[in-house]
Amino acid sequence: MKKIFASLCAVAALVLGAVPSAEAAGGGIAWDKFPTEKMKDPAALQNGARLFANYCLNCHAASFARYNRMRDLGLTEEQIKANLMFATDKVGETMKVSLDPKQAKEWFGGLPPDLTVIARSRADASKGSGADYLYTYLRTYYRDDTKATGWNNLAFPSVGMPHVLWELQGQRTAVFEQVKDPHDASKTVQVFKGYQQITPGQLSANDYDNAIADLVAYLQWMGEPHQSQRVRLGVWVLLFLGVFTVIAWRLNAAYWKDVK
Amino acid sequence: MAEFKTAAPNASRGEKLLTWVDNRFPLSKMYKEHLSEYYAPKNFNFWYFFGSLALLVLVIQIVTGIFLVMHYKPDASVAFASVEYIMRDVPWGWLVRYMHSTGASAFFVVVYLHMFRGLIYGSYRKPRELVWIFGCAIFLCLMAEAFMGYLLPWGQMSYWGAQVIVNLFAAVPFVGEDLALLIRGDYVVSDATLNRFFSFHVIAVPLVLLGLVVAHIIALHEVGSNNPDGVEIKANKDASGKPVDGIPFHPYYTVHDILGVSVFLMVFTAIIFFAPELGGYFLEYNNFIPADPLKTPAHIAPVWYFTPFYSMLRATTDVMMNVLCVVVGLAAVMALLKGKFSGMAKVGIVVAAAAALFLFKTFDAKFWGVVVMGGAVIILFFLPWLDHSPVRSIRYRPTWHKYLYGVFVVFFVVLAYLGIQPPSDVGTLIAQAGTLFYFGFFLLMPWWSQIGDFKPVPDRVVFEAH
Repeated sequence: MKKIFASLCAVAALVLGAVPSAEAAGGGIAWDKFPTEKMKDPAALQNGARLFANYCLNCHAASFARYNRMRDLGLTEEQIKANLMFATDKVGETMKVSLDPKQAKEWFGGLPPDLTVIARSRADASKGSGADYLYTYLRTYYRDDTKATGWNNLAFPSVGMPHVLWELQGQRTAVFEQVKDPHDASKTVQVFKGYQQITPGQLSANDYDNAIADLVAYLQWMGEPHQSQRVRLGVWVLLFLGVFTVIAWRLNAAYWKDVK
Repeated sequence: MAEFKTAAPNASRGEKLLTWVDNRFPLSKMYKEHLSEYYAPKNFNFWYFFGSLALLVLVIQIVTGIFLVMHYKPDASVAFASVEYIMRDVPWGWLVRYMHSTGASAFFVVVYLHMFRGLIYGSYRKPRELVWIFGCAIFLCLMAEAFMGYLLPWGQMSYWGAQVIVNLFAAVPFVGEDLALLIRGDYVVSDATLNRFFSFHVIAVPLVLLGLVVAHIIALHEVGSNNPDGVEIKANKDASGKPVDGIPFHPYYTVHDILGVSVFLMVFTAIIFFAPELGGYFLEYNNFIPADPLKTPAHIAPVWYFTPFYSMLRATTDVMMNVLCVVVGLAAVMALLKGKFSGMAKVGIVVAAAAALFLFKTFDAKFWGVVVMGGAVIILFFLPWLDHSPVRSIRYRPTWHKYLYGVFVVFFVVLAYLGIQPPSDVGTLIAQAGTLFYFGFFLLMPWWSQIGDFKPVPDRVVFEAH
């Protein structure tokens, strides 16, 4: 029976290899890996919160997250009030913004999405986690005068958001090369060859990547504030169940030795 | 009516209390009938864990559901926010929600395995037809429950998944549009839809589901459990009238099931604590975006447990309908040439085939897709009368039957996989082959299940002491 299943599964795998998958249809550039060790670094998360409050939380809301949840990052209510709250004085409030949807539509072509669970919603099984996407997206902006905002993005082509962090990164253009399409010789495709720095930013390239990693760490945390507690608790639950399984196994054997 | 008993004057307080209750409610009688003196075959194997596990998951879903309803708001403007409120601000809300969302998928995992067990060991054969039918009804309820529950988080997949599935009902000829309107309560999926789905999800369907589960177990305990050998243990009783191959459910199978529960919980909690989204299969990434009626997602796929049936729906194209016309035509010709029917029956066959062909070509393939999808579930109800094999269990069937069941499982899994993927030409072709095989497997069962060299079935169950 087992052999039958194994051979059938092999056939099925071969057949399915011929089916184009959702991932292949997705397209777009490959995502860089978000340095997950940032999640364990309170200083990084706090810096991420600072960047988030200063750069993102003017147009983007995080309307399901409360300011005082940031106490879990090691901040006191006073610190949160003094440094991270610009729109309200109640620390128990959710992170709303007062951007007028009509104006937003005019400026960006739509209402900037709520960022509370953005890191969870942008994951793609074949390309990486939502954090990987955000870490890539915030580092692939370039100058493009053909766009209304003057900015374009490799991970999100024709994005509505201008490069809000340009002061930190500086301005870059992207160099593309026209190459023959490998699938159709009569066409050419654009291949990305690299960036060209036009004006320097406040941060070096390395420091910028690091700052973005901090910001993404914060967004990842905000998407599910209990995630580290969840994993820590899970270890204990599994250890308990491991012991319990052994007890249940021996108990079962003790009863079943009578059954002949 | 039971006789009124009196406890001995020197009996313990507990015994006196039990006697008092037993004189008014059949407590001891039920305990004996369903646990301590319910004799189950001693040769249950791995596959027999999934019945009790399904019951466990049902309890998990009901208990976590009760707590979720305390904080969830079935209102389109705040539903998404209330789920995030549960995930963030309600103490342990995240755990309760993950248990419920993982429980939904776990329910289908254990129920599919439970049904497969019934399929391979012939647990639906006489006299267990009603056990099987109640079980199929439970499966149908479970699908309704899962479908309506999935709308409640009010994310993009919730919304568009519901939109796509409800629109399917609009394909029904003549009454379709009104039917879809009746289900939605509006012209698009909206607040009205959310309210009624909530009502169905938390009260109407669970009520039916619980009743069916009770009926399923009562019917089972009336006829007794089947076993991997398909041997009727009641045929071999000792002097005291107990089946020689049976053992009391309690304590033997209760301790056995505790072991199964413990192992199951290890997998279940590992998902809850370490991968609650399970790579986007248990919680779809898109569903973390609030429902937006103006933005259709590029790729709408139902949750994994519906995808085999969804694949069959998508496979029913115009080309597929032509293939089905040919199949029906050939079947009618075969029946006339080979079948031993009377003249009247032959006329009936010709008329029925002609009517089928006419209907196939009259109505849209989309409608037939819905029929195929529904039929794939409904056909399960008829399994007890489709199987004409002289033995119950796959153990005593010809080897090629095992291959056939293997191909069936592989096609089912392949259909599930294809249902998750966006449509493609190759995928549709494979799904069409899978759909034809699925229906062929069941509809031709009366014929193929009798063919081959069957092995002799032993008088007693095969059992090796632990």
